[in-house]
Amino acid sequence: MDWFLANTGLVADLAVRHARLSVVPIVLGFLLALPPGVLAWRRRRARGPILAAFGLLYTIPSLALFVLIPPLVGISFLSELNVLIALTVYAVALMVRSVTDALEAVDPAVRSAATALGYSAWGRFWAVDLPLAGPVLLAGLRVVAVSTVSLVTVGVLIGTRSLGYLFTDGLQRGIVAEIVTGIVATLLLAVLFDVLLVALGRLLLPWTGRGATRAGRRVQLTAGGAG
Amino acid sequence: MIEFRAVTKRFGDAEAVSSLDLVIPARRTTVLVGSSGSGKTTVLRMINRMVDPTSGTVEIDGTDVRERDPVRLRRGIGYVMQSAGLLPHRRVLDNVTTVLRLTKVPKAAARARGLELMDTVGLDRGLAERYPRELSGGQQQRVGVARALATDPNILLMDEPFGAVDPIVRTELQDELLRLQRELAKTIVFVTHDIDEAFRLGDSVVILAQGGRIAQQGTPAEILAAPASDFVASFIGADRGRRRLRVVEMDGRRLAVDADGRPAGVLEH
Repeated sequence: MDWFLANTGLVADLAVRHARLSVVPIVLGFLLALPPGVLAWRRRRARGPILAAFGLLYTIPSLALFVLIPPLVGISFLSELNVLIALTVYAVALMVRSVTDALEAVDPAVRSAATALGYSAWGRFWAVDLPLAGPVLLAGLRVVAVSTVSLVTVGVLIGTRSLGYLFTDGLQRGIVAEIVTGIVATLLLAVLFDVLLVALGRLLLPWTGRGATRAGRRVQLTAGGAG
Repeated sequence: MIEFRAVTKRFGDAEAVSSLDLVIPARRTTVLVGSSGSGKTTVLRMINRMVDPTSGTVEIDGTDVRERDPVRLRRGIGYVMQSAGLLPHRRVLDNVTTVLRLTKVPKAAARARGLELMDTVGLDRGLAERYPRELSGGQQQRVGVARALATDPNILLMDEPFGAVDPIVRTELQDELLRLQRELAKTIVFVTHDIDEAFRLGDSVVILAQGGRIAQQGTPAEILAAPASDFVASFIGADRGRRRLRVVEMDGRRLAVDADGRPAGVLEH
């Protein structure tokens, strides 16, 4: 506690950097996961291969990604962009399956009612399928958010400053309080992201009741650990 | 008028409808009744091109529906389905005005029309801003009917619309539909598996056997008076004498009872 009180400035600065590094992959990951997720939902035969391929991305060790990305996109190993791209890859890997599951969870009766009313295929997707997929999409996004916040710490290995810095610095200097502060702060940040997403869900999905939260928990339990 | 000419529909190897010829008169209620597998929903869905026939033609007022763009065709035909099929993420009024908004009716005009429609189907305007799940099954079904009537279509397709509500509410909704039909005189095609509902609502009743074959078509009175086959007789319950009522006297009142001696009603003196 003493260590934390003496270093609040540092912790706050690292927390802000950490949050900023998390937001980009979460948002980009969500957007980039939509096209392959929708494709896997629409084309039943391609579903297995698409989901398997994106699932595999998540199994690439983060260090390997940090080494692979720079030559591929032509940036420096130590660039912050390197971390952002790697984390976006993980976010997409997690989110694609959620997108497919979310669309699959939409009641077929509602979908056929929308067709009978005279929605075009495209119009129905935006006005009916996607909004009704909202609760399961949100559940998937919460997993992605928590996973991303925890993965950002790995960036410290290539010199990107985040709360992860407290782990390495604390380890090197033998300050246990610093390491504990890093863990607690990362955890709190993950909780904050989760709370914000739930609030966003309440705002955007006002028609859902408790059902949505239940679906959210179920998906969170079935999504595996981080790489 | 809706006309089916030699319409066949196959799903894979299974023939859901085989060589159906059927004329559905305008401004009347025609009920398609049959058990599951009789192809009645398939027949209904071929009218608004939710299903296209494998062969044969479906015509509305002399025009082959295949010449019509399916999306536009559907916007011009009211459709009510089981469990109402409301959009759960839209408020009641937005559900009612869905098709109006799809056809670019300005928002204010659509809202005004939507509220009028809620009156028409007997829904309290106070429910306008609720979500469908906050309504009872009967109320949801009324929203479904209001939505189907929104663009004042000539044709109304109803696919077992009252199948998921309890018997008391069902009777209420049937009464309401009879009242609406007296006022609006739409061409209604109504699908059900309930023969009592068919006789109650239909000006004309079409009894479908397996594979969409017409077992008998006629007014309820014609069918009851002269079932065309054993199949029809058994379907309408005539063979069990269910519809043969007799009158008995009990406690000074005249009761109509069925063959099993169960009272079916009280006769007024």
